[in-house]
Amino acid sequence: MTAAELPALTISELQPLLRGGAVSPGEVVDALQSRISEIEPQIDAYIALDFEAAKHEANAADLSLPLGGIPIAVKDIISVAGQRCTCASRSLSNYIAPYDATLIRKLKAAGAIPLGRTNMDEFAMGSSTENSSVKITLNPWDKSRVPGGSSGGSAAAVAAGAAFGALGTDTGGSIRQPAAFCGIVGLKPSYGRVSRFGVVAFASSLDQAGPLTKTTRDAALLMNAIAGVDPQDSTSLPEPVPDYTQLLGREIRGIRIGLPKEYTTDGIDPQVKAAVDAAVTQLQALGAEISELSLPHTEYAVAVYYVLATAEASANLARFDGVRYGHRTEGVANLVEHYERTRAEGFGAEVKRRIILGTYVLSSGYYDAFYLRAQKVRELIRRDFVEAFKKVDLLISPTSPVPAFKIGERTADPLQMYLADIFTIAANLAGICAISLPCGFATSESGTQLPVGLQLLASSLDEARLLQVAHAFEQSTDWHQRRPPL
Amino acid sequence: MAETTDLDVAYVARLARLQVSDDERRTFQAQLGDVLRYAAKLAEVNVQDVEAAAHAVPMFNVFREDRPRDWFTADEALQNAPRSANDLFIVTKVVE
Repeated sequence: MTAAELPALTISELQPLLRGGAVSPGEVVDALQSRISEIEPQIDAYIALDFEAAKHEANAADLSLPLGGIPIAVKDIISVAGQRCTCASRSLSNYIAPYDATLIRKLKAAGAIPLGRTNMDEFAMGSSTENSSVKITLNPWDKSRVPGGSSGGSAAAVAAGAAFGALGTDTGGSIRQPAAFCGIVGLKPSYGRVSRFGVVAFASSLDQAGPLTKTTRDAALLMNAIAGVDPQDSTSLPEPVPDYTQLLGREIRGIRIGLPKEYTTDGIDPQVKAAVDAAVTQLQALGAEISELSLPHTEYAVAVYYVLATAEASANLARFDGVRYGHRTEGVANLVEHYERTRAEGFGAEVKRRIILGTYVLSSGYYDAFYLRAQKVRELIRRDFVEAFKKVDLLISPTSPVPAFKIGERTADPLQMYLADIFTIAANLAGICAISLPCGFATSESGTQLPVGLQLLASSLDEARLLQVAHAFEQSTDWHQRRPPL
Repeated sequence: MAETTDLDVAYVARLARLQVSDDERRTFQAQLGDVLRYAAKLAEVNVQDVEAAAHAVPMFNVFREDRPRDWFTADEALQNAPRSANDLFIVTKVVE
């Protein structure tokens, strides 16, 4: 194993090398630094990198810990004490996080080294990372295309071997969809499984942080570190954290998987459909029992989401007023002008659009028709899943109806961009867990290979079984071993 | 369901304390009109006797002990402040 080969390893492949002394944590950081300096000019996955701080931590790494000496990239919305946390927004371009998010504290306690801030759609609002105020991240498989979003930098870095693993956040698909577009694994934990303390809030009833990794085993290892109740997040669930690797490798014979008929719509790209159909056949060959069922309120999920998520965002983003932190305008006559100009200068177009939509649906005269009604339909969507999980253990669908789209293709039409989230949004509304993993490729018109993601969904707190089935599928294929042509 | 043409971007932007340019106002008016027309399909759903779900996981009255603990110092709390003096945030004048 040469230093140049190290960054291609998975976390679980790197662990024994570190523990056995074949490589030192400092050498791992050095190898990653070389890889990043080669790859970063091609894909622009990172907003900030501090190798000196990482080497300092590497020298002090405790290799007896579960993730001792493993560098992990962090989406620029998760607080790491002393590092910039900009959410890819002009409004926070100089903001330094004064404390660690709970999941970072836990990740550090497990021995991992936070290394690098990954690019994202501003405040996690978007599905392509084109809404970053900093730069556009390119898809490592086809540099004319988006990496997905909003955790696009995390997904592109992991896919390109420029990170061993990364953290992202998922409010409506922002971990799973970029994982699908970049050909890696992305897990959205159940709502409340991972503390949101120190994660900049977008839509508080939907946000969850989770791992983006090369394999399902690596996702399980990161979940072992970051999951659990937190007294500083009253929505975190006080349930014990199992060892998420414990069911990996167990056979899946007899596990019941449901195929929601609403997820086999006409809008699915034929190559995506073929890859997902083949995955269903493969799971059947592994002994899973496949049956069709119905989630009757699926067609309302996108509408519910864009009412509730924007309403919550409009309230959450009220805090960016330029008083205690963040961008502040100068030369104003009064306080209202201070607020209006500070926010106009700090926020990009998509964030403004969502604040306006969210303020509208909460405003007098429209609250009942939009916000309250959307909350009720959300409850019906949640009940659909409760009923489904009485009949089956897991559900299956494409992660995205299409593979990675061209840069600029959807930016002029927000509604089309929103509809790209059609298969991922319901999991956030219902609070359940879901994973995306590679299940094949689509060939673009120009002949490039574009990864296709398979989504598996399970009921709240059933991550261990979700990972078991995902792992069984992964290990029976070689999709996860394909690497982009960089 | 309200008529979606009711959206007045300039008015709502004022409620949100957000200045929008004339270009932005026109663009957002058209784009958000599309989104609201799409969202109008929520009116089709029968929601009679359905409780509104604020969260997917119902949780009530989560308590913890109210004990003092170490947290930010004044210096740390002020480190990101655009303007500060005498251990205080400087705000834009609000009284004459």
